Amino acid sequence: MNLNELTIVGLAGGLEKGDWSSRDIARACLDRAQAQRDKTKAYVTLTEEAALAAADASDKRRRENKTLSVLDGIPVAVKDNLMVAGVGATAGSNILKNYVAPYDATVVGRLKAAGAVILGKTNMDEFAMGSSTETSCHGPTRNPWDTDKIPGGSSGGSAAAVAEGSAIAALGSDTGGSIRQPAAMCGVVGLKPTYGRVSRYGLMAMASSLDQVGPFARTVDDAALLLRAIEGKDRLDSTSVDLKPDWQIPSEWQESVRGLKLGLPKEYFVSGMDGDVNSAVRSAVEGLEKLGAEIKEVSLPHADYALAVYYVLMPSEVSANLARFDGMRYGTRVDGPDLVSTYRLSRGRGFGREVRRRIMVGTYALSSGYYDAYYLKAQKVRRLIAQDFDQALSEVDLLVTPTAPTVAWNIGEKFDDPIAMYLSDVYTVCVNVAGLPAVSVPCGFAKGLPIGLQFIGRHFDEKTLLRAARVHEAATGPFKMAYKK
Amino acid sequence: MKLTPEQVDHIAGLARLELAPEEKAVFQKQLSSIIEYVDQLAKVDTGKVEPMTHSLSLENVVRPDEIRDCGAETRQRLIGEFPDRDGDLLKVKAVFS
Repeated sequence: MNLNELTIVGLAGGLEKGDWSSRDIARACLDRAQAQRDKTKAYVTLTEEAALAAADASDKRRRENKTLSVLDGIPVAVKDNLMVAGVGATAGSNILKNYVAPYDATVVGRLKAAGAVILGKTNMDEFAMGSSTETSCHGPTRNPWDTDKIPGGSSGGSAAAVAEGSAIAALGSDTGGSIRQPAAMCGVVGLKPTYGRVSRYGLMAMASSLDQVGPFARTVDDAALLLRAIEGKDRLDSTSVDLKPDWQIPSEWQESVRGLKLGLPKEYFVSGMDGDVNSAVRSAVEGLEKLGAEIKEVSLPHADYALAVYYVLMPSEVSANLARFDGMRYGTRVDGPDLVSTYRLSRGRGFGREVRRRIMVGTYALSSGYYDAYYLKAQKVRRLIAQDFDQALSEVDLLVTPTAPTVAWNIGEKFDDPIAMYLSDVYTVCVNVAGLPAVSVPCGFAKGLPIGLQFIGRHFDEKTLLRAARVHEAATGPFKMAYKK
Repeated sequence: MKLTPEQVDHIAGLARLELAPEEKAVFQKQLSSIIEYVDQLAKVDTGKVEPMTHSLSLENVVRPDEIRDCGAETRQRLIGEFPDRDGDLLKVKAVFS
């Protein structure tokens, strides 16, 4: 049995019984990470020494009956845009190539407080801007199912690590699909919580009104365990909120979808979707119907505009958030003859092309004479999109969609065509625009590559979201590892 | 809308980004295609719609303005990240010259 291929729930049981130690699990994950390094490059930094020390500390706690939580001793990988004190945090960017995080992100601190073992930092698109993990300054991550393919993005390293067995679970961030889309492409579970459920403190800000941290895991139960460890109000993030009792993840699940109303947005099933993806999603929906769910067609009239709204609001927020990277207080400084040229050189050479493209689109959208036509207009259409979801989710309990319109594509295929790349986010960005929770779960394969099914829920109703995802998961069989010797 | 080379230079200047000469034409084409794509928003009737800045209806989240000690280790790590320094002081180019 390979410990690195088990689930959190399974591993925690064996730790409890003394079948294995936390060190054994960490060792197995680290060995797999080493073996896969040149094949997939899921990690940019592997903190082997710190991980083994944390695992030993967990084993010692267990011997002394001082175990902290169900996550105590479980190895987890962390996306490289989240701060782990004393460990490099490059966010895949040359401007932070030598940057070491001075403190822990709140989510990382909470995982440590729960006893989890941090294995290292996973590769990502530069500052989380991309859908393929190709824009990283460290080079691309490859899909463990087929190393000629992209793993999705931007949290491609976290998704690949969980799929290939170099981590049991992982954290990522999702601004427009960056957890769910790579989860779909790598065949794992990826959860984007409701905006405000999880603290963003210590997450490098991309688009602050859209960003949210969330888990990757092999099962919905594991994802729920991680969510419970990281969620809740944080005084260091004023947009995080206290969770009402009704919003909590229950300790006992309802094991059925009987009586749940699931909505299929008719606008999503018209064009642009792969035939294989369409049929996999439809058969998953039929499966849920057989198990007692009621299926209903719903309408999101402004769905066609979600991507355009996203590609105005996100770059606008990006252009403001990334102004802090000016080569002054941290990061790469390239000296010029004066202050402004030092800014321009540091940023021009430190940022890659996709990041500079988005900063420029945002700068343009916010600039004098264009603000009303782009930024203000997009904020208005944002409200219409959010209202569409409110309406649809008053008719049904959850929406069901594909996570992405296609399976993973070839490395390099869309690299120089931003619009083609952006279209892969067509079913995910709207969720961030409306601030809703959503989860991607595996729902089959096409050409040997995983397909993802997305459930979208009401604000803070992760409970119902995960309930349906669990029932789907139970009906479709156990998790499939991507790893092939 | 198609951007002119002058507009690309202007935006790069506002954004404090140095572009290599060979990049300018590529950016002009790619930025234009993105702007053309998002121009479709003009078709939506938003006459009476209020702009939405955020998905949560939070306002005025305040806390006391208190100094919290970050600890010596974090302080040293922060200082250690300075690209240029004089002792524990951060060195930057002259702002007024």
